[in-house]
Amino acid sequence: MERKNNLMTWVDERLPVSSFIKNHLTQYYAPKNFNFLYFFGALAIVLFALQILTGIFLTMHYKPDALHAFASVEYIMRDVSFGWVIRYMHSTGASLFFVVIYMHMFRAIIYGSYKQPRELLWIFGVLIFLLLMAEAFFGYLLPWGQMSYWGAQVIVNLFATVPFIGPDLAEWVRGDYLVSDATLNRFFAFHVIALPLALAGLIFLHLAALHSVGSNNPDGIEIKQTKDKKTGIPLDGIPFHPYYTVKDLIGLTVFLIVFTAIIFFMPEVGGYFLEHNNFVPADPLVTPAHIAPVWYFTPFYSILRAVPPIFNSQFPGVAAMGAAVLILFIVPWLDKSKVKSIRYKGTLYKKWLAAFVLSFLILGYLGTVPSNIWGQIPNFIPILGGLDLATFVARVFTIVYFAFFVLMPFYSKKDKTKPVPKRVTS
Amino acid sequence: MSKKHNGFDKDRRKFLLTATAVTGAVGISVAGIPFITSMKPSEKAKAAGASVAVDTSKIEKGSLLTTEWRGQPVWILNRTEDMVKGLSKMETNLADPQLKVTSQQPKYCQNPTRSIKSDLLVVVGICTHLGCSPTAKLQPKGDMGDNWTGGFFCPCHGSKFDLAGRVYKGSPAPTNLVVPPHKYIDEKTILIGEDQKDEA
Repeated sequence: MERKNNLMTWVDERLPVSSFIKNHLTQYYAPKNFNFLYFFGALAIVLFALQILTGIFLTMHYKPDALHAFASVEYIMRDVSFGWVIRYMHSTGASLFFVVIYMHMFRAIIYGSYKQPRELLWIFGVLIFLLLMAEAFFGYLLPWGQMSYWGAQVIVNLFATVPFIGPDLAEWVRGDYLVSDATLNRFFAFHVIALPLALAGLIFLHLAALHSVGSNNPDGIEIKQTKDKKTGIPLDGIPFHPYYTVKDLIGLTVFLIVFTAIIFFMPEVGGYFLEHNNFVPADPLVTPAHIAPVWYFTPFYSILRAVPPIFNSQFPGVAAMGAAVLILFIVPWLDKSKVKSIRYKGTLYKKWLAAFVLSFLILGYLGTVPSNIWGQIPNFIPILGGLDLATFVARVFTIVYFAFFVLMPFYSKKDKTKPVPKRVTS
Repeated sequence: MSKKHNGFDKDRRKFLLTATAVTGAVGISVAGIPFITSMKPSEKAKAAGASVAVDTSKIEKGSLLTTEWRGQPVWILNRTEDMVKGLSKMETNLADPQLKVTSQQPKYCQNPTRSIKSDLLVVVGICTHLGCSPTAKLQPKGDMGDNWTGGFFCPCHGSKFDLAGRVYKGSPAPTNLVVPPHKYIDEKTILIGEDQKDEA
């Protein structure tokens, strides 16, 4: 014991290990009323670590070369010992990362965790979401299957729609006149080093901001406002360790049951996690009959498809898709409500939130299917006759999606809120 | 001097700070040029984008040959007389039958058949929407419905084009298919990638 203390003192004089553990774990006080929605932040960290780990081991066998990439993935699946487990962990991890992140963002939205003083925390979060989408997109090209290839083709061509500089910009992104070996090679570089580094940095900032302002909670009350007079400890706070480390372990266990069940029993999840067409090698001369992005991009893809070309330009659709994500940045300033949490918000807000969640799910579904899936609107209906029904529905819900944000300053102000208690409810 | 404060000249400090920052920013921008430029198509990629000669004598009437230029599919369609005659019939349903968007074809193809020789159509087989490769549906009717007079259908987002690569109204694609620069080096051989001299 004596020696251990001496060792710890020796280290602490050179690196503040003990005080770090105190400040961020054993004496970091989190609200005591977290519910299951608060698991997802911790799960996201675990998934990030897992993606890095499995990614490193995949890189040992994968070849970022248009001639060898597809075969090297098959090699990992068939010849590398346990290669299939590592690859399925990585592909399933990517999809579940988005499940977890979407839940994490949903939690932040309903409990108003973006509101003052957590605006920067939220902005770092949206940046992480943006980079995560880029990371997933770059990674999806690497297996060099048909979906990889044509998905990248479609997304890179989005850059070509930018007025004036578009075509040059797309050529610069590809490094060739078409998606080719040069593109694969640079996407590999972005996927394995550039973006993971940037993500790690942003996650650090996200956590630093979190530990500076403290966690929000389902009641949307600042626990730092009611402290024990003697100790200065928030009355509604409990030390993160051991209380929440143990609780998060339970959440992690449940998550791992789902995660492993997918890996072992349904790694492709019916074509949603790994698309069928991606088991065909990339062919620049043949486009698959139906191109759809992986499920986590489909709500935004639906918005892209829903906006018709204006003045012979595809750009408005691309701009709308970009705006659908970027608008998240200004949510802290769009919400004029006096209260944070949905628990004390009125029915008007709840209706808008329900409409938003519904539009997100429907747009997500429509993005996975061809636009003629529900047939055409009959010709006898004026104006809309002949239009694909699914396109029409996508347009309606695109408007709902944006209305949730654009009208937020008005309905959140008008909304009748309930009085917020001083202390958290149990 | 009045500007001196406790022996420090604030203006001088501000000037030095700004000058250092500006010089640093210029230096970093210039140092960025090699990195940005290295991502452009390499000399090898540019060389691979050179022109391609195609012998058209083997393409039967009414059939399509797909060749490759700059890694993109280029279609050479040998249209029958009926196909050429049919081009004018559906014009009211087309988005740009008058070829107002002139960037989609070279000057020498700015004509009703969008070709140098009326029967031989040369187009890049890439949808102007988001770059998928449309499927040839050359025969009228069939699975495309009774109004279909033959053309190309993009499976990605449902854009339709006629037998001159002109886009139908209501398609997601905003413009007609691109006619690449090409010329005849003899009666039957087309060189894709080089412009015909403007003698016509």
